[in-house]
Amino acid sequence: MSWISRLLGNKENSSDVAKRRLQMVLVHDRSDVSPGLIAQIKDDIIEVIARRLAIDPEHVVVNLSQTARESRLVAEIPLLANQRQH
Amino acid sequence: MSARVVTVTSGKGGVGKTTLTANIASALASMGKKVVAIDADIGLRNLDVVMGLENRIVYDLVDIVEGRCRLRQAMIRDKRQPNLHLIPAAQTRDKMAVSPSDMILVCDQLRDEMDYIIIDSPAGIERGFRNAIAPADQVLVVTNPEISAIRDADRIIGLIEAEEKGPGRLIINRIKPEMVARGNMLSVEDILDVLAVSLIGVIPEDESILISTNQGLPVAMNGANGSIASQAFQNVALRLDGKEVPFLDLTPQTGLLNRFRSWIDGR
Repeated sequence: MSWISRLLGNKENSSDVAKRRLQMVLVHDRSDVSPGLIAQIKDDIIEVIARRLAIDPEHVVVNLSQTARESRLVAEIPLLANQRQH
Repeated sequence: MSARVVTVTSGKGGVGKTTLTANIASALASMGKKVVAIDADIGLRNLDVVMGLENRIVYDLVDIVEGRCRLRQAMIRDKRQPNLHLIPAAQTRDKMAVSPSDMILVCDQLRDEMDYIIIDSPAGIERGFRNAIAPADQVLVVTNPEISAIRDADRIIGLIEAEEKGPGRLIINRIKPEMVARGNMLSVEDILDVLAVSLIGVIPEDESILISTNQGLPVAMNGANGSIASQAFQNVALRLDGKEVPFLDLTPQTGLLNRFRSWIDGR
């Protein structure tokens, strides 16, 4: 995005949007894992972890990430400060 | 002499495979190479019209495979470029009329007398694509700077590797430098960031391509004849032949408006 667009508070360039969407779709294509399956896995992870630990389910992030030709599943699960109450 | 078999494919239709095949074949011929272009798009034949040889077809690829003619009889020699030849596709049959092993057999018969065999693949990832890549020593993947074409190219790159025909090399076709400069088209760098493949050519959008296709005369026919596209095709042919050729500078024309616009955009 160019500096002037940022200055004017414009939206990002359409080519930036295209690149971001393309990267997302290719991660899923290459690993043959659909976004819907990721959402199910995320729910499963929340359920399993919440049995033992107090977590913030609203801020759990589960994503496929990719480096070169290798994909991995990355989960970020924020724990609540006070674990005792659980 | 043993020919190299080069297959031009893309996954998505309409990205310019046939035009590229005709022009790469023509550019190689203008460099003095003996070249045959084979149309593997059985049922949707088009390489003949793009090369301007549609009126000379008697036999086709399926006639060769089914033994109705000898290989030589189906091979049309281009009178304008005597070392350029075409084997046309059948128009009234489908992809199942030819098998991958038929394609290997046909190419093996041509290897001794040619320098290059350039195969125009149909769109898709089914039988026609399998036929086209079966005899390939090198696969060229064509894409346009749009999401759908790039996504399909990524799939094709994976399939080529799975068939042990890789690594494929990429041609980015129909790029518009002005749109890239304004941030409204994916750039060559963007595409290479996303696809794990090496680049062999960038062809800018150029009206001279359509004008020459209208006339059945590939722009690359007379070597680099001044148009930027014909230069770009020539460069692909040279790189295919192992020469180191720098990529063309495709920064936008320096009209006053464009200069002002790119100054504003900071690119």
